[in-house]
Amino acid sequence: MRFRRWNQPSLGARLAAYAVLAFMHLPVLVIILYAFTTADRTYEFPPPGLTLHWFAAAFARADIWEAMRLSLSVAAVATLLAIVLGSLTALGMARGTFRGKESITVLLVLPIALPGIITGIALLAAIKSARIDPGFWTIVAGHATFCVVIVYNNVVARLRRMPHSWIEASMDLGADGWQTFRYIVLPQSASALLAGGMLAFALSFDEIIVTLFTAGHERTLPIWFFNELFRPRERPITNVVAVVVMIVTFIPILLAYRLTRRGSA
Amino acid sequence: MTAAAIEFRDVSRVYGEVRAVDRVSLTVQAGEFFAMLGPSGSGKTTCLRLIAGFETPDSGSMLLDGRDVTDEPPYARAVNTVFQDYALFPHMSVLENVAYGPRVRGQRKEAWRKRALEMLELVQLGAYAERRPAQLSGGQRQRVSLARALINQPPVLLLDEPLGALDLKLREEMQIELKNLQRRLGITFVFVTHDQGEALSMADRVAVFNHGRIEQLDTPRVLYTRPTTAFVARFVGSANVVTGELARRLSGRAEPFAVRAENIRLRAPAAAANGDTMSCLGDVADVQYHGALSRWQVRLESGEVFAAAVPDTGTNGDFRIGARVRLEWARGDAVPLAATEPS
Amino acid sequence: MTTLSTFLYRRPTLYVALLLIPPLLWFGTVYLGSLFTLLAQSIYSIDEFTAKIVYEPTLATYKQVVTQRANVDIILRTLSMAIAVTIACAAIALPIANYMVRYASPRTRALFYVGVMLPMWMSYLVKVYAWRLILAKQGILSWLLDTVGLGAALDAVLRIPGIGGPSLSSSYLGMFIVFVYMWLPFMILPLAAALEKVPESLLQASADLGARPAQTFRTVTLPLALPGLAAGSVFTFSLTLGDYIIPSVVGAPGYFIGMMVYQQQGTAGNIPLAAAFSVVPIVLIMIYLTLAKRAGAFDAL
Repeated sequence: MRFRRWNQPSLGARLAAYAVLAFMHLPVLVIILYAFTTADRTYEFPPPGLTLHWFAAAFARADIWEAMRLSLSVAAVATLLAIVLGSLTALGMARGTFRGKESITVLLVLPIALPGIITGIALLAAIKSARIDPGFWTIVAGHATFCVVIVYNNVVARLRRMPHSWIEASMDLGADGWQTFRYIVLPQSASALLAGGMLAFALSFDEIIVTLFTAGHERTLPIWFFNELFRPRERPITNVVAVVVMIVTFIPILLAYRLTRRGSA
Repeated sequence: MTAAAIEFRDVSRVYGEVRAVDRVSLTVQAGEFFAMLGPSGSGKTTCLRLIAGFETPDSGSMLLDGRDVTDEPPYARAVNTVFQDYALFPHMSVLENVAYGPRVRGQRKEAWRKRALEMLELVQLGAYAERRPAQLSGGQRQRVSLARALINQPPVLLLDEPLGALDLKLREEMQIELKNLQRRLGITFVFVTHDQGEALSMADRVAVFNHGRIEQLDTPRVLYTRPTTAFVARFVGSANVVTGELARRLSGRAEPFAVRAENIRLRAPAAAANGDTMSCLGDVADVQYHGALSRWQVRLESGEVFAAAVPDTGTNGDFRIGARVRLEWARGDAVPLAATEPS
Repeated sequence: MTTLSTFLYRRPTLYVALLLIPPLLWFGTVYLGSLFTLLAQSIYSIDEFTAKIVYEPTLATYKQVVTQRANVDIILRTLSMAIAVTIACAAIALPIANYMVRYASPRTRALFYVGVMLPMWMSYLVKVYAWRLILAKQGILSWLLDTVGLGAALDAVLRIPGIGGPSLSSSYLGMFIVFVYMWLPFMILPLAAALEKVPESLLQASADLGARPAQTFRTVTLPLALPGLAAGSVFTFSLTLGDYIIPSVVGAPGYFIGMMVYQQQGTAGNIPLAAAFSVVPIVLIMIYLTLAKRAGAFDAL
């Protein structure tokens, strides 16, 4: 019997772990591959050939650009709102304890914690009751609501890590609350704010479920994409759009991750 | 009569059940080097923070230079602080840190750069002006925070255990430097420390804190030779505190008293008394060699352990561990203490 | 400015209140207001003839949800999928999380952590779409199975009622695979965090007392990792329960709760029914949360 150190993994364990890891990355690689396929039926495997044709075709489509523009503007405005509301909340909640503090945290998390279906239908019910026309601003309102907690989490974590003696030192030297915020708190929490904003942007851009309820006749890029899924024609273009969506959402998240890593290192 | 630099009038600060500062009154004179001494949690740091304005008293009032500042925020008070963790702003250069005070008060860039550079020269750190605090050693950071606090020329400087993070040699150097600095500047220093040696060697007067109250406020010499409570006797110079039955037997009175270790002599058990003395018998439990002095732990018959600090003259080699020995001290060296609960 | 600053400095409660009022106002009106509207809608009903909402409080809509055979089917179907997905995620997450924490070198572990988080950063919709392509009739998976000669086996599986369908990409089995894929990172990360908290010394003691690695795993590691499993299961359960996209895109004919909600508010205009239906996952998730809390999930989050 071969002696093995008691805590060495068996070959099976190691294989299993790496297999799961590979399984988790397979679909993304598939999508990237399929964006270049020459076949009309996009899911054909192996792909008969590779081409950039579909990229050009997607580029020329006005409806895709329309949807892209809408998604970007919604994400931009929603992120801005989320940054403002999230920072205010973080500043208020960073220190001290008061009754209801836990409830506020729960309230902030609720839009993300409850299934999107519920947030979506709730917003729709409210929109219909208030006799508002769903459109750009209803989409933004929905997105901003669940993006706030993302900015909040980032900023409040940074604020709580900041030694209170910095603020005291600043005031001790003659700076009032405003100046302390401008010269000390803001520069120190800028990276957290940025990271939170980028995560919020990515979340808003990619969001589909709540958007489906609040968009009315507008079409964001995810909605465009979702509609395409039930149409049999021109599938390869969908693959191109998929790659674009993936890149636009992945990059901010990656940057946010690097930012927060650097800040806490 | 000129107003005191700092005055506490019956100040209390309470956190829930805990009385961090319990009806404290004191005055600090202008130009004094004042130390606040005590163990952690005794209230000394809270008092310092009350002076600076980082905390507000729950009752009582505080005056700076005769003016009531109880409700004033830190930036309105003519007081500056050197923090225990130095609190240097990491996103600014050393120069920008030091220049922070003048800068937020609206001075022009050329003006505050010049002033800050002068201050840095004063603490011999002019060459480090453009570095970041993270690139400096502990001792250098301490001097930067000192320069930063002094640039506003405050009449009162607060120091919150500023030497705690430094190693022994550096700490002793800084103690001398700070004392000289204070003398040169002529401003009031309020110094918080838990190290009684530091307080004794640097301060003009020391307030000894315990459980939120000041047990004794005196010059170092009086604190050392005439402690008024058992706590002060033990905390400042670790005296032997004699209470209860033993006290009654030795001194004839019921009140507790304290005897400094260096006032106790070691005699042979049968030796006759030398003048008006108190003495008792015990067995040697331990000896620690400290160079000029040796510290002897002697266990008495009644169970208490006395510490005697005896110069190393060579004759004490007669007393081995476990040997019987007589402890003797002059009656006048027994300092009566207040009959309070032993702390 | 300084006077305002001093004014607020002396009144810390006012300062905090000023900061928190705008966001709380927003959440109160936009979010809580919507939720209450939803709840309110659920106690109304729809007139079957006019297809208009009758604004009279009634429990008829709820009754419809929990008694009508079709509706109960939908709820049970969604619930069983959620439970199946949770169990599968736990089973798959355990080996990889255990490997990450116990056996991997620090650098490999960091690689694994990033590797597990990376898919979470990818667009949700794109991932679902990718699986549709993979599972399609002439997609990668069938090609793979054909190549190794298991094509016939796949066909056999697809003919099983209840999990099969015309193709993988429109079957419960396919849905199941996609769900498991989607929520795996949500299970792996809390589990790995919980496993990290188990001190190495406990495992060494167990081995020292004579337990084989599998025994140690079963009797020491697993019970201590339960909070992490519970935490991860909260995600897998509630995410599956409320999902609408995956059942539609990789779907079998049977409805899931999410699809029902969407459909009822859309063409049918039956908002009360949609609202009542959406209360079901809330209730189920609440129940699950209480169970998970008892298993220590909240300490592991």
